[in-house]
Amino acid sequence: MAPILCMRGITKHFPGVLANDRIDLEVEEGEIHALLGENGAGKTTLMNILYGLYEPQEGEIVFQGRPIKVSSPHQAIGLGIGMVHQHFMLIPVFTVAENIILGLRSSRGLVLDMEQVQRRILDLSERYGLGIDPNAYIWQLPVGLQQRVEIIKALYRGAKLLILDEPTAVLTPQETRELFHILRSLAQQGTSIIFISHKLNEVMAISDRVTVLRDGRVVNTVLTRETSQTELACMMVGREVVLRIERPPPAPGEPVLEVNDLHALNDKGLPALEGVSLRVHRGEILGLAGVDGNGQIELAESLVGLRRPTGGKILVKGRDVTGSLPSTLIRMGVACIPQDRKAIGSIGEFSLAENVILGSHDQPPFARHGLLNRQAIRRYCQHLISEFDVRTPGVDLQARALSGGNLQKLILAREVSRPHDILIAVQPTRGLDVGATEFVYRRLLEERQNGKAILLISTELDEVLCLSDRIAVIYEGRIVGEMRAEEAVAEEIGLLIAGSRREIGIGRRDESRSTADRKNSFAKETRERV
Amino acid sequence: MFERRAQPHGTLASVILIAASLILALLMGAGLVALAQVSPWEAYRALFYGAFGRIYGLVDTFVKGTPLLLAGLGMVIAFKAKVWNVGAEGQIYIGALFAVWIGLYVGPLPWWLHLPLALLAGALGGGLWGLIPGVLKAYLKVNEVIVTLMLNYIAILFVSWLVHGPMEEPGGFMPQTPRVATTAQLPPLFPPTRLHAGVLVALAAALLVYFLLFHTTLGYRIRAVGAGPKAARFRGIGVERTVVQVMVLSGMLAGLAGANEVLGIHYRLLDGISPGYGFTAMVVALLGKLHPLGVVAASFLFASLSVGADMMQKIVHVPIAISRVIQGLVVLCVLGTEILLLYDLVPLRRLHQRFSSLRFRREG
Repeated sequence: MAPILCMRGITKHFPGVLANDRIDLEVEEGEIHALLGENGAGKTTLMNILYGLYEPQEGEIVFQGRPIKVSSPHQAIGLGIGMVHQHFMLIPVFTVAENIILGLRSSRGLVLDMEQVQRRILDLSERYGLGIDPNAYIWQLPVGLQQRVEIIKALYRGAKLLILDEPTAVLTPQETRELFHILRSLAQQGTSIIFISHKLNEVMAISDRVTVLRDGRVVNTVLTRETSQTELACMMVGREVVLRIERPPPAPGEPVLEVNDLHALNDKGLPALEGVSLRVHRGEILGLAGVDGNGQIELAESLVGLRRPTGGKILVKGRDVTGSLPSTLIRMGVACIPQDRKAIGSIGEFSLAENVILGSHDQPPFARHGLLNRQAIRRYCQHLISEFDVRTPGVDLQARALSGGNLQKLILAREVSRPHDILIAVQPTRGLDVGATEFVYRRLLEERQNGKAILLISTELDEVLCLSDRIAVIYEGRIVGEMRAEEAVAEEIGLLIAGSRREIGIGRRDESRSTADRKNSFAKETRERV
Repeated sequence: MFERRAQPHGTLASVILIAASLILALLMGAGLVALAQVSPWEAYRALFYGAFGRIYGLVDTFVKGTPLLLAGLGMVIAFKAKVWNVGAEGQIYIGALFAVWIGLYVGPLPWWLHLPLALLAGALGGGLWGLIPGVLKAYLKVNEVIVTLMLNYIAILFVSWLVHGPMEEPGGFMPQTPRVATTAQLPPLFPPTRLHAGVLVALAAALLVYFLLFHTTLGYRIRAVGAGPKAARFRGIGVERTVVQVMVLSGMLAGLAGANEVLGIHYRLLDGISPGYGFTAMVVALLGKLHPLGVVAASFLFASLSVGADMMQKIVHVPIAISRVIQGLVVLCVLGTEILLLYDLVPLRRLHQRFSSLRFRREG
């Protein structure tokens, strides 16, 4: 097999940062090539260069045996390079077919030829097992299918090389398996794939070869079957990484956070929480597992005062705080790492120093009599940056310039450095690399050792299993199971997450619920009969 | 073509870019002037002579720039919080009304009490006119653009009715109030020119707004609500309360601009005391990149362009419309620099690299 793509000596520097330093990358025809590296290692920059979004200062790109110069995505697509971004570029109110032909010329001039388009889409869908209906509207499709629409979009334009930027970040485990199936079928039929990821298990599962980047340089390119997760982790981080976290035995104290029969609506005004009851004790991590969109966000927002519950009670240290303002809850000792680092956790235009006083900007020593003490604020930020190992040139940097991991460390630092008894961590490691994830885990456990009550809300089952003392599962706004971590079995939780309920009755049973529910109980009955 | 920079350019680079964009705007304007069959050289000479060449022109620039500066500062506060106050014009009129009220009907008082009281009343009037849309927006989610825009008409027509009726000068022929007491007037600085102490008030206000925005907790809240409303709410900042405060402060500064006009120029209330200062103030605020000190430069620049344009029309007969176009070009060009501050222009950088590598080779 001949290489379809050769990138040689690619160098790209931004002011103050060497993002790519003489990078070589070779991709064979029909190969799934993983590009592995921590956030900020230069993966995305390299791919943006290939896709024509950035121009390299040095280096050459040879595609299908010809040296090429890509100066726009349009040109990249014309050459047969397609990219599926992490954030989809689809128009929700358009159909699949309409989205796919967006920006293309019709074979009939000004008139659309939808029939022919649909035929081609169905052909592609069948050939690679994508299962896409060209007439479905995007907004009707789950995320996993939307991603396949993006893949078809690239194939429709004749992509020979497909770049997937962290494609599994938005998928459920089931969807991930299906995606891998599709990728294999694509590769078998000659499409080359560059798979960007920082998840080791996925890279091991899907790729033929792996190129590891660190600090803008290629560490090595290895055959996947000749390497191991540990070796890859080591190359990626540059040192030995502890993938398993040591957890001292729990010593829970009195409950500090109690949630009783909580009800709340989502943004569309539909019931999102339908009687959630939880209890988190001092010195304990309660892991709340569940697939995205089962009420986790609404629960977290109710707990920090961003959403007014429609029923039930929230008690903090025995005091009723249902419907209190965020400022009251901060004073009551509720800290929170929100799921959205950029829009909720921080202010991108603000400096790091201004970000670390969010929530205590009017407290001494940061302010007295309404006047800010900028000296004290900068000193405090400096202190947090060094204690939490936030990599930054200084405290005056805009928060938007930080990488995901460093921003998360900054938010974590801000929240746990303020007096608090409860920490609510929502998806605290989403999108973080191994190093930063390890750091967050260690800090959460430290919090636990310090006698704080921690509610960990996560869709990553591994994360919940690895950190929690007790595990609760949320499904369609209810707690459908709760167990001690020692008793937890991954498969069982997996079933609960997917909505197949255990008999032990937490929460009311209600037969006339959603179709999904009915289907699930039907499935369970079938199993029981067998 | 463009690549986003990790961090925007520093102050020096932005000053150079803004200067370059001003020159670019004037060059484009020169083309238009040439189309009007006038020598651009002559036209610009007239413009600069008009704005800076004579003492009266210079004074006029400051006199016209003062209300722009005050109202522009109000816009900075509002826009920083992403509150779209387009009601400065109305706030100017109500501010003028309140100031004249004190100047006419309160007293006799010594000037050191009467003048500050009149200025304060002007600010309060404008603040009141900002409070209404502020409360409506914060607590009832009513769009502030519509409310402030409509309140403009109410304010302007209300003042018009007052000067035609209840407050009209007894025995006068003009629809205007009597003169305010001299103790409430802003004293002239260099008589017989029109330059008055209002310009000092405005410059002090600029420093105060700068201090407010960057050194107080209120300023922190204002900027947080504008730059990250969700994050602000999440970490306990009362967004509604801040929006109301922003509208009041913004209105107060516009009201002060109105007070400045009636206490420093006209000495009475009359129709048309503002030729759209409230709207130009928005442009000035954007031109000053929403920085209080930038607005100082922008407001006087804008005033000088308009004073110079009058002279350009008088001396070389360039239609006044063309000078308005030049003002528009200035705004567009300066706002266009935003993209160069946040992004790198790839061909330009390549040129720079080639240049520096050439130099390097020669030295080596």
